[in-house]
Amino acid sequence: MDSLDRRIINQLQGGFPVCERPFREAAQRLGTTESELITRLRCMLDDGLLTRFGPLFHAEQLGGALSLCAMQVPHERFDTVAEQVNAFPQVAHNYQRDHAMNMWFVLATESAEELQQTIRAIERDTGLEVFNLPKQEEFYVGLHFQV
Amino acid sequence: MSVCTSRCEAMACVTQDDIAALDRRIVLAAQAGLPLEARPYHWLADELGVDPETLMQCLRVMQADGRIRRIGVVPNHYRLGYTANAMTVWDVADADIREVGRQVGELDIVSHCYQRPRRPPDWPYNLFAMVHGHSREEVKAKVQQIAQLLGDRVRGYDVLFSTRILKKTGLRLAGG
Repeated sequence: MDSLDRRIINQLQGGFPVCERPFREAAQRLGTTESELITRLRCMLDDGLLTRFGPLFHAEQLGGALSLCAMQVPHERFDTVAEQVNAFPQVAHNYQRDHAMNMWFVLATESAEELQQTIRAIERDTGLEVFNLPKQEEFYVGLHFQV
Repeated sequence: MSVCTSRCEAMACVTQDDIAALDRRIVLAAQAGLPLEARPYHWLADELGVDPETLMQCLRVMQADGRIRRIGVVPNHYRLGYTANAMTVWDVADADIREVGRQVGELDIVSHCYQRPRRPPDWPYNLFAMVHGHSREEVKAKVQQIAQLLGDRVRGYDVLFSTRILKKTGLRLAGG
């Protein structure tokens, strides 16, 4: 990662323009060329430094439902339960955490009903209780990582 | 779902249902990412069979009304060296939660800050703040700062480090 890669990561976590030649416009701000910016983005995506490039949608504003859910999974069953939970396409992220409440996943669905149905289906498949912890208030979403 | 644009509405043949359907198709087509080519919106418009100007205007409206949070790169924070990632959880009196939530959210060491419901007796915490660092020690020191800032307004807290990513596909509509 060189200084141009860092500038791209730091300055392009938002604000990518909507116009006919957006890479050219963004490249001018970054002090590079359209083709160089495209090449750098492709390399960083292939390399895994970037997980994606494009619009980040707001699920609730789109009419969908989103919730953080937690489970207390017995250690001997952990990997099996992880497979069962991950098999649901509605599970967007799933993290193991070092706590009695050791599995934490985000459900994203197109409706509130689908969210409840998915929770019931996960409880049925795993035989474990799902703690549904939907956001009640958002105080801050920064999402900006500096390199 | 709200409608797309004044420009879309000006197209006499397009109904509000068509606009909602187009918004949905935009989400489905763009949620995996934009193509890395000089005219990515033209490529997307071709995919969707719409005029590029209409597509770009829809995207601008979706940004303005919050359906698109932002357009850009999503870094893999582990690969950037942020290998210690903790979900810090706090038990704050309901009467204090807004003030405390705003204070914690303003800290530059916190990337997300939300109020969520308690689930007693298993889960007494109602404030969630994500804290990232280059080591667990760094994160623990940052958590101490938050605890000091909040003082006796916090009845208890815990720090849950992530130990494994089990899945990370991002938010996807199933489509179909």
